[in-house]
Amino acid sequence: MEIIVCIKRVPQTSDAEVRIDSSGKSIVMERLTCDINEADAYALEQAVLFKEKFGGTVTAISLGTEDANESLRIALAKGADNAIRIRAEEFGYLDGSKTARILARAISKTKFDIVITGCMATDDAYSQVGPSIAELLGIPHATLVTRVEGGPDKLSVFRELEGGLLEHLEIKLPMLLAVQTGINIPRYASLIAIRRAAARQIDTIGKTEIGDADLTVDAEVESLFIPPVTKRAEILQGDPAETSEKLANIIKEKGLI
Amino acid sequence: MADILALVEHRQGLIRDITFELFSLGRDLAHKLNCKLIGVVLADDANKFTPDLAKAAHGLIVVESQIFSNFNSECYQQALSQIIDQKKPLIVLIGHTAFGMDLAPSLATSIGLPLATDCIDLSVEDGRIWAVRQMYEGKINAKLWLRESPTSVITIRSGVFGDKESHLEAEIENLNLEINQPDYRRFFEYVEPVTGDVDITKSDIVVGVGRGIKEKENLALVEDFAKAIGGVVGCTRPIVDAEWLPKDRQIGSSGKTIKPKLYIAIGVSGAFQHVAGMKGAETIIAINKDPNAPIFNEADYGIVDDLFKVLPALKTKLLEMKK
Repeated sequence: MEIIVCIKRVPQTSDAEVRIDSSGKSIVMERLTCDINEADAYALEQAVLFKEKFGGTVTAISLGTEDANESLRIALAKGADNAIRIRAEEFGYLDGSKTARILARAISKTKFDIVITGCMATDDAYSQVGPSIAELLGIPHATLVTRVEGGPDKLSVFRELEGGLLEHLEIKLPMLLAVQTGINIPRYASLIAIRRAAARQIDTIGKTEIGDADLTVDAEVESLFIPPVTKRAEILQGDPAETSEKLANIIKEKGLI
Repeated sequence: MADILALVEHRQGLIRDITFELFSLGRDLAHKLNCKLIGVVLADDANKFTPDLAKAAHGLIVVESQIFSNFNSECYQQALSQIIDQKKPLIVLIGHTAFGMDLAPSLATSIGLPLATDCIDLSVEDGRIWAVRQMYEGKINAKLWLRESPTSVITIRSGVFGDKESHLEAEIENLNLEINQPDYRRFFEYVEPVTGDVDITKSDIVVGVGRGIKEKENLALVEDFAKAIGGVVGCTRPIVDAEWLPKDRQIGSSGKTIKPKLYIAIGVSGAFQHVAGMKGAETIIAINKDPNAPIFNEADYGIVDDLFKVLPALKTKLLEMKK
């Protein structure tokens, strides 16, 4: 099974303060650590699981600047056979649609039976790139996938709907899966594998190989702003002993327990 | 002026709430732009839906086929492509739901239309569309402009636009379209969620635990706290993903919706998917060390501190009080 997995390196913002830079169009990246996008880590694991089950190779592709090599090396350390970086710096402004076009062109140059992506990136949160790639490649897709069974010619795919309901589909390969977090438990790379991957050369391709015709931007950010606050919690001040006493009193007064 | 189309979302014989939110937004846009809001009903038996829908739209386009008894994004895409081609709408509104996320990107890509996903605000100025959507885990809003196009596809976040009352009488147009059921993608069945021994929707007190708990071993501290105050433990998605708690404890859009008297969020950042499942709680308390966590914009009371210090102290105080 020839498996392609798309990964994106993103700033880790869940526990960090996110500030807007002076352009007003992007965020301040210093002091933010970057890592493989959460859902993409599950996509990568799924790719390696398929390889272990059905044989074949895993190729990890990332559209990113040079630091994306670090995430691609993690992919190699976790079991990818090949890694390709598409030089994002050559393509200018990227929205979801343009990203999908570039990735689809890169993928169409390789042999593939299945393409796996995360269902959403935590930075721009478009949830658009996976199914758009599938459309451009002319293959079926399923998004929000939390379970897969069967294979290699046909997969039972379970999509997560609202309220925890699952939609069970049967899809023939070639296909694209946009996986949701929780579909598997991503493995840790061994130290030896990380060391070995560090020595690997990452192949890069750019405009020359991909071409830049018809790469229009569909949606361009004009400005970023901090979400307006409609409600703000009353923050209790003091050390843990004081805050917990204040909170306990509120709970008591309101008869909540 | 070209009209606004809104796609009706239904599942297991019921219209989903997002439909009326799309209609509500669509009516507002239609009013401003002096055009019509047309609902698109793709169903095996549309009659059971049309009475409710007709009140909320200026028109309904109905395509009846056995193929639409269950959602299949391939069949929906074929139908919508043909309808867009015939009607040339300005905007196609689709829910940013499990259903819309599977459909909208490939639909827009296949006919070369611009797409903005997960929008929380939307307007048209001089024929150009701008939208507001969230980035960086809800910490930043972005205003973006779509490129000029006769038609644009917009997906809308659930629970943002509300469902305003409306007393229209939609004109109904039945269309016959040729739709092919693809042999490479087949709907098989819905699988209902499994319920375990604890039903978090039934408890007056729910203690929600998020990523801030750090290690599985630390869950015991939260379980112990919940037990002491007569509550049950629910959680956010990452806790279920890590298999620290079963799926039936997950609070949020893809898990359970709870409306307890008291919800205490412990180390929960407050992603909108989680908030969607707990905002109906009467009183919300949040304990989180990150003062910028969006949860503090939802909570009534907050403590910005290390949960491992606050939780034991709070438990002691509450137990003293009980005596």
